[in-house]
Amino acid sequence: MLKVLKPGFFSTIQDNGRYGLLDKGVPVSGYMDAFSASKLNKLLENEKDSAMIEVTMTGPQLKFTQPTTICIGGATVSGTINNAPILNYKLYTINSGDIVSFGKLSKGFRAYIAIKGGFQTKKVLNSRSFFQPITQFGCIKKDDEIEYKGISSFKPKISELKIDSHLDKKILKVFRGPEFDLLNDKQLEEIFFQKFSVSKENNRMAYQIKETIPGLNYSMLTSATQPGTIQLTPAGKLIILMKDGQTTGGYPRVLQLSENAISILAQKKYGDKISFKLE
Amino acid sequence: MIDYSISIKPFGSKAMLVEWPNHVDEDILKDILNFSNFLKGNYLKENEWDIIPAYNSLTLINRNDDINRDEFIAKLQNWYASKKEAESVQRHLWKLPVCYDLEFGIDLLEVEDKLNLSVAEIIQEHTKHQYTVFGIGFLPGFMYLGGLPKQLEIPRRTSPRLTVKKGAVGLAGKQTGVYPQNSPGGWNIIGNCLVPLFSPQKKEPCFVNVGDKVQFYAIEKAEYELRKIEIDVGIYNLEKIKIDA
Repeated sequence: MLKVLKPGFFSTIQDNGRYGLLDKGVPVSGYMDAFSASKLNKLLENEKDSAMIEVTMTGPQLKFTQPTTICIGGATVSGTINNAPILNYKLYTINSGDIVSFGKLSKGFRAYIAIKGGFQTKKVLNSRSFFQPITQFGCIKKDDEIEYKGISSFKPKISELKIDSHLDKKILKVFRGPEFDLLNDKQLEEIFFQKFSVSKENNRMAYQIKETIPGLNYSMLTSATQPGTIQLTPAGKLIILMKDGQTTGGYPRVLQLSENAISILAQKKYGDKISFKLE
Repeated sequence: MIDYSISIKPFGSKAMLVEWPNHVDEDILKDILNFSNFLKGNYLKENEWDIIPAYNSLTLINRNDDINRDEFIAKLQNWYASKKEAESVQRHLWKLPVCYDLEFGIDLLEVEDKLNLSVAEIIQEHTKHQYTVFGIGFLPGFMYLGGLPKQLEIPRRTSPRLTVKKGAVGLAGKQTGVYPQNSPGGWNIIGNCLVPLFSPQKKEPCFVNVGDKVQFYAIEKAEYELRKIEIDVGIYNLEKIKIDA
């Protein structure tokens, strides 16, 4: 078991997401930065949908009560085990009583703490991903106890991964969205030749873009949206839906982020610059 | 059975959007649901695909693999042309109890003024019609209902509330609906429906399907309290009627 000594700003349990209820309005949820999460699960030789802790901005302090192996990744957060610094994408053996802490975030926005076998919190509708009110709580709280299977015999094939980090990437590859053809030359030019910045309104549901472009006054019938769908509002706001985003919407879906672009964007915070490139 | 002219567009690397003519129309909705059922029954496995119907569209999302776009568009066109009438889906009419007491209908008096109808007339109009579920989205279990009578059309509130209560029944534009959970919202609230529209602990968390119909009926506050207890202890029987296709 893991005991939460400090929860951090906003930490959640995430797995690959909650499928099968999109037609009932349930968002898919899951790792915001699926790229980093998949590397961690590979390194730990986990199932690809194993649950891990997603840390936003400031990290938690956690006490482990059983032996295991952990690995951190995603954002750079200067983690420590019992005050000794640890590196991203490297396996560390944990003994009972060890305390893992995170310091200041230096690059990126979301870090992951993955564990051998994955965290064993209760599944709700086939997933461990937090999403209130599907799950009782929206984030991890102080004194929470999180189950995992203690393992001291793990002999990993490799102990470290060199990854081509996406934390510095700023270009988001996009596909044409279903209503792409509604965009006029002026809007196209602004979308593809301008640098944008992430607004204060950014979370697991959606990232809004700070700069506005000429809006789209188009009345469409509500239709499905996905993580990565970029809507353009009549007021000219670009809204990028993320993993906890609503499953339907009524604004034109002008672009769709590639999956890798969702992982890149998930590491951006208020003020960070991004631009769009058509696939 | 009519064959509509449909358009098929890629929607990212793993999804495809099939669109019918841009109308709110029950026949279109039925055709969408029949096609969806046909695809589920014959070609698209439940554990690989999420299929989302709404108004005039059907979105097909693969959970794992990228779609070969041209090939899949051609297949979908063939499948649509070859679908059989027999694929029709069993739909249901759900009778949902609503308490229009002023304690819950916090905007009723304002709505009365704006629509120039008495509270009794608002309740009568709101409960007289069967509404069609054209989509479920926005929140888990939130139904987009069509078929609101003209007399009840009212603009959204100018400033949305930070919290609208779970079960709140609202009016906005051409729509009426029930908030399935506490949520910010700008609809005019006229009552409360105590039947939970989304229960994460149940195997079938949301009993309503797109294509079903909903009719509200008015209950007094005393009955509301009684039914609430029945729901809490799990003995409440929801009234459901089969609709002939």
